[in-house]
Amino acid sequence: MIGGLLLVLTCQLGGEIVTRLTGLPLPGPVVGMLLFLLVLRTRHVPSGSTLMRGPRVLLRHLQLLFVPAGVGIIVYLGELRRSWLPVAGGLWVSWTAGLAVTGLVASLLLRRKRARR
Amino acid sequence: MILVELHWHATGQWLIGSPLLGVTLTVAAYALGRWVFARTHGNDFAQPVLVAVVLVSAALLLLHISYSDYLRGASLVSFLLGPATVTLALPLHQEWERVRRSVLPVLVGVTAGALTSVATAVVVTGLLGGDARLQRTMAAKAATTPVSIALSAQLGGIPSLTAVVTILAGITGAVLGPWLLSRLGVHDEVARGLAIGAASHGIGTARALDEGRTEGAFSGLSMALTALATSLVVPWLVPLLLR
Repeated sequence: MIGGLLLVLTCQLGGEIVTRLTGLPLPGPVVGMLLFLLVLRTRHVPSGSTLMRGPRVLLRHLQLLFVPAGVGIIVYLGELRRSWLPVAGGLWVSWTAGLAVTGLVASLLLRRKRARR
Repeated sequence: MILVELHWHATGQWLIGSPLLGVTLTVAAYALGRWVFARTHGNDFAQPVLVAVVLVSAALLLLHISYSDYLRGASLVSFLLGPATVTLALPLHQEWERVRRSVLPVLVGVTAGALTSVATAVVVTGLLGGDARLQRTMAAKAATTPVSIALSAQLGGIPSLTAVVTILAGITGAVLGPWLLSRLGVHDEVARGLAIGAASHGIGTARALDEGRTEGAFSGLSMALTALATSLVVPWLVPLLLR
């Protein structure tokens, strides 16, 4: 369990350093995720390994970790109230469009691929 | 007769200054959120993250605790977001065969999604009376928070407001994402995961993981690729739209 945690932290550290050194427009943990995937693919860690028990707890309660950032909205309540229409409208129309286009385009391509096989 | 004098003031001062307050408040609100979610038989609007954010916000406003005092403890919780993001490689590893077989749909879907998100955010915000600064603020809101904030600063938007809008896009996806995809007839688990990650980054991914391992894996992948695609699209598309 400690080994798994250390591996995850090392990958994050590696990702943070790589993004800073290269100026890559990605957050350090996202690059860390790709590094961790590389380790998992090349070292053939069995997926049910107890090594990953610690990190798995984090994923099970991922929603918890976003609560502090979400509460940050209270600081900007005034600003949101002032321009609520363009913000709310722009946000929700664009969110709906982004979700729909990605989902529909991907499922169309996946279906076509499956039909060919 | 008073036998013991209680040190109300000193205790209160300690509590406000201690990280324990923020951590306990956050975990308690989340536990309550999970309870509400179970009691409502998994109602979309009772997503634990939404319930917890509302409860903590209400508590802070009622008790006159500032966000920065709360953050002293709460930042210990958000610190874990980094390692948790790295851990998203686990479901991807388990779904590797499907990832390998879906390279084209993933890349095309995410690129189309990023173009759509940026263009509609800028155009609709403008149509509803937002000025160019607000349009720049909204442009990158589909990318995960650190990226959307950096892009907003680079464009000349208001980065702190971008952070709020980005989080709202995330919570919207956690609450309404799966429902809207079902209404649109998108039932493929790969496509559902991709869409949620593209529109609602990490917060959406937290919900996608609850829907299933495939959804979670592809949502995490989509979050990473959307961050990259958005930062490639924004620098030329936004000036083009604002001309």
